[in-house]
Amino acid sequence: MGNLKIAKGRDLQDAIRHVPYERVVNEVAACCMNAAYDLPCDVVDRVKDFLNSETSERAREFLRQYLENAEIATTERMPICQDTGFAVFFVEMGEMVKIDGGSIYAAITDGTAKGYQEGYLRKSIVKDPVFNRENTGDNTPPIIHLKLVPGNKINVVLAPKGGGSENMSQLRMLKPSDGKEGIIDFVVEVVTGAGGNPCPPTIVGVGIGGTFEKAAFLAKKSLLRDVGKPHNEPEYAELEKEILERINTSGVGPQGLGGDTTALAVHIEKFPCHIASLPVAVNLNCHAARHAGFEI
Amino acid sequence: MSNPVKLITPLNESTVRKLKAGDQVLLTGTIYTGRDAAHKRLCELIDSGKKLPVDLNGQAIYFVGPCPAKPGQPIGSAGPTSSYRMDAYSPTVIAETGLRAMIGKGARSREVVDAMKKHGCVYFAATGGAAALIARCIKSCQVVCYDDLGPEAIHRLEVENMPLIVAVDTDGNDLYHR
Repeated sequence: MGNLKIAKGRDLQDAIRHVPYERVVNEVAACCMNAAYDLPCDVVDRVKDFLNSETSERAREFLRQYLENAEIATTERMPICQDTGFAVFFVEMGEMVKIDGGSIYAAITDGTAKGYQEGYLRKSIVKDPVFNRENTGDNTPPIIHLKLVPGNKINVVLAPKGGGSENMSQLRMLKPSDGKEGIIDFVVEVVTGAGGNPCPPTIVGVGIGGTFEKAAFLAKKSLLRDVGKPHNEPEYAELEKEILERINTSGVGPQGLGGDTTALAVHIEKFPCHIASLPVAVNLNCHAARHAGFEI
Repeated sequence: MSNPVKLITPLNESTVRKLKAGDQVLLTGTIYTGRDAAHKRLCELIDSGKKLPVDLNGQAIYFVGPCPAKPGQPIGSAGPTSSYRMDAYSPTVIAETGLRAMIGKGARSREVVDAMKKHGCVYFAATGGAAALIARCIKSCQVVCYDDLGPEAIHRLEVENMPLIVAVDTDGNDLYHR
């Protein structure tokens, strides 16, 4: 083990930070409400940018309605969209932190139920996908992506996901020979094929590489990025730009009723890949790219 | 763009047939909500020849599952859901009930548009994602039936000047397939 220092016994006990269960529950509940009511500033700014460049009057009216809607929602503490979504959490849990009184999964589940109840948010989850589509009544269970990290902090990001745009998302296992052009064609096909259903303008999350499920996860994770912030590698930033231009010349437009603003941004996340594979996942998000988070 | 057409429910066939795709409309009066689960139940009743729990003759259905109302408010946020999920049911509902209008978002199937043309029913688009703004037009909300479906229950809404666009008219002109 070389120089690696290992805390043992009492040292380890002393080093672990303790967080009360109720604190996590309350933070999660507040997060559910804030995410539903407050459209992030980066989205508002991006919509304003497109309002300036949009040439269709009908499309401009939709974009104006989104800005007015966001203003009402934040002021009156009411949801931006009635579909307050599946509660999807991205959690980074320090190795040296422990929740006293229950697991992180239980705390987030209880916090979700509390937030959706107290915030008058819609409960949109059914118990069984096929045989018993009975509403669970409290919007649980949430989806929790947990990652163990060094340190003693808990970092939580919630991205509630509506059904309309989620339903229009797709994954395809391309061949390596399909390359960049294959990726562009597939993403554009998904977005234009979706028409007005995902409430365009959308944010287009693209996960490239990894395995089947990794690509889907990357596509979802890319939606957490500030809207329109380019990928940090120039080749991918260029690819995002190229796909966005193709999408926005399609004419689908806001609500699928025509215009230049079909997507607000394309975000790519990538991962190393099997020699035989080129998985590409496209996860669409409506303009309500809601997210909220906290760190304890 | 031209001035919006003001419409008051219930709607008759001749009024609906005059509307043209692209017209802006302000809708006032009673409308009913319904999503997938409620449509499924309505169609099961129609198929078995039973009476429906709501009379849709001359009425409009809004495809919406609203948020719960906060105290003192008639309703929570209430924007449209994607209409294509009702495509399996709408032709039956249109043919069998005298429904005159549907309100939702996104394109409809050929079968739905054919039924609209034949029986005189119009499809309005509301702005998906503008749910807090739309809620301001809704003055009251009561559950009519299927309370067990939660947000998917059929509600009776009173709306005032609800802003809509004629997305598909009774001649089959369709803004989604330009």
